[in-house]
Amino acid sequence: MTTSQQQKGLRSTVRRKRPLPSIVWVSVALAALAAIGVPGFATRGNVSDIGLQVAMLVVIAMPMTLVILSEGLDLSVGALLSLGGVVLAQTLAMGAGIVPALLAAAAVGVLAGGVNGMLIARLGLPPFVVTLAMLGIARGMALVLTDGNAVVVATPAVAQLYAMSILGVPFPILCALAAWALTHVLLYHTKFGAYVFAIGGNREALTLAGVKAKVFHVAIYATSGLFAGLAALLLIGRMNAAEPNAAIGIEFDAIAAVVLGGTSFERGDGWLTGTVLGVVTIGVLRNALNLLGVESSLQVVSVGVLVLLVILVDSLRKSRFLGAHA
Amino acid sequence: MSIQNPSRFLLNHVGRLDVRRHASDETAALVYRIVLVGAIALALTIATDGFATSANLLNVLRQASLMFLLASGLTLVILSGGFDLSIAANLTLSACLAAGAMKSGGSPVLAVATAMGCGASIGLLNGLAVTLLRLPPFLATYGMLWIVQGLAFHYMGGNEIFGFPNGFRALGTGFWLGVPLPVYMMLIVLIGGTVLTTCLNFGREIYAIGANPEAARLSGIPLGGRRIAVYTISGLMAGIAAVIYLARVNAADSAMGEPILLPAIAAILIGGASLFGGTGTLLGTLFGCVILSLVIDGMNLLNLNANWQPMMVGAILLVAVLADALARRQRGRAH
Repeated sequence: MTTSQQQKGLRSTVRRKRPLPSIVWVSVALAALAAIGVPGFATRGNVSDIGLQVAMLVVIAMPMTLVILSEGLDLSVGALLSLGGVVLAQTLAMGAGIVPALLAAAAVGVLAGGVNGMLIARLGLPPFVVTLAMLGIARGMALVLTDGNAVVVATPAVAQLYAMSILGVPFPILCALAAWALTHVLLYHTKFGAYVFAIGGNREALTLAGVKAKVFHVAIYATSGLFAGLAALLLIGRMNAAEPNAAIGIEFDAIAAVVLGGTSFERGDGWLTGTVLGVVTIGVLRNALNLLGVESSLQVVSVGVLVLLVILVDSLRKSRFLGAHA
Repeated sequence: MSIQNPSRFLLNHVGRLDVRRHASDETAALVYRIVLVGAIALALTIATDGFATSANLLNVLRQASLMFLLASGLTLVILSGGFDLSIAANLTLSACLAAGAMKSGGSPVLAVATAMGCGASIGLLNGLAVTLLRLPPFLATYGMLWIVQGLAFHYMGGNEIFGFPNGFRALGTGFWLGVPLPVYMMLIVLIGGTVLTTCLNFGREIYAIGANPEAARLSGIPLGGRRIAVYTISGLMAGIAAVIYLARVNAADSAMGEPILLPAIAAILIGGASLFGGTGTLLGTLFGCVILSLVIDGMNLLNLNANWQPMMVGAILLVAVLADALARRQRGRAH
């Protein structure tokens, strides 16, 4: 058998035996269940509500996929989102235009994300502790800047922008789609994307191949911070105010979405579209529970339980899959 | 060859040289931390009026004892190479359930049992998630954090439960021979924990698992059982800390535990434990707690706005992790 035949055989084997991620079934089943069992779920208005509710989470979950693909974690995005909102609102209050204000928020995000990345990539520190410390710093900074109070947005431009829609698609959903498209191109059509997979899969090989892996590793966390800073526009647009304690815990939903989407914490194995499906699943679950009158605290619990179930099913399928062919 | 006593075998043949080499390192680290405590205390004595009073110093110790009770369990988890992010949420839920038990007419004994039972069960679930589901510890316990926090929110429904019997409150506010009761609790846990980790096989096995899980497995240490035990102890300590905290503040709400998570982790790292497992001591964690309590006390005495606290603790945590990494790098170079 020639090498090319072997490769061809190998490739088709891999393609045939790779199971479809559970999230595809879970999302479809959950949506169907909600449509049948929950009154008021399958209406046009409610579906667009779900879209608006998950838009910000999509923007946060996209770079989180990159972070987790690189065998990392970013717990600081929720706090960076709040801090970005505070910076955005305060810069607007000083009379700046919306673009410079957004740039300021993005700069804060990139700076914080860059520091995270430097500590993780250059010093080899555990990502969850570094980003946990950054969470404390960012939230503290938001509290200090605002003295613990909400900052009302000074200009109507933000609310107008938030309420705008192009061809019937609301602005937040456009942002989510743009974030998805951008991350997709970044991950699947650039060298950076290939390195993201490689940093998670085989960092040693990447370094031995002469790639400055650490630079790209830092860039992953900087991207996460950047998206959090930009998403602050959606956060303050929705409430027309910036609260230092807003968006706390959104990183949990983002991580849950990535994990639900079938991205593994090891070996740089994952799927960006799966994350989007994961976000939609969480959105559908929360919306349906909301319509059924379940309070938000129990919604958090149900998201956690759903994640555990999917992980359990995935690991069972994987072990059976490996067991049958080992 | 069959090995009768795996952990003893491991220590005799793998660990002994290392232990001797590190013994002088550890003494130096301890002296370094004592000097740091002295320096901070001296600076605060000079800078503020109210620091060097016995009431304030006892208050610092009381603060440190709560932090230590929470951090001691986590120290064991970190020694074994794992992590537990759920301890603060666990404390919250345990305290809320204990408060609820007393509010509905239960005795303080029942409340204490409730808190300890709740804490230990959550810890057990963490242990099972890490061993049976093979989830990365930080992911499993982070998921548990939100599940437990959600349950606490649901149970309290935005309300507070306050006003407990005097017998229960004494656990947090009482004195014996002029020293607060929680401080005795801290000393008991310190001594018991130190005996557990240094004299008993169980403790040595935890160090061995943290330092090199593969070697530990090959020498016959039951990894799964030890890990489940460590997470359960961590949960139990969160339940005990919940009792002390609840008794001191005399009120339970669904956000009470969250502010202690960062300080507890920071205290452990300041105390010299490594996040990569296998290195650290409970005495070190105690010093970490005292150092952080001194800093927080100093911030209060200097009238620094409470809003600065999370930022300050976050920065201290970052510096502590950084120091951990640099120390590890230096150690790697020396060998």
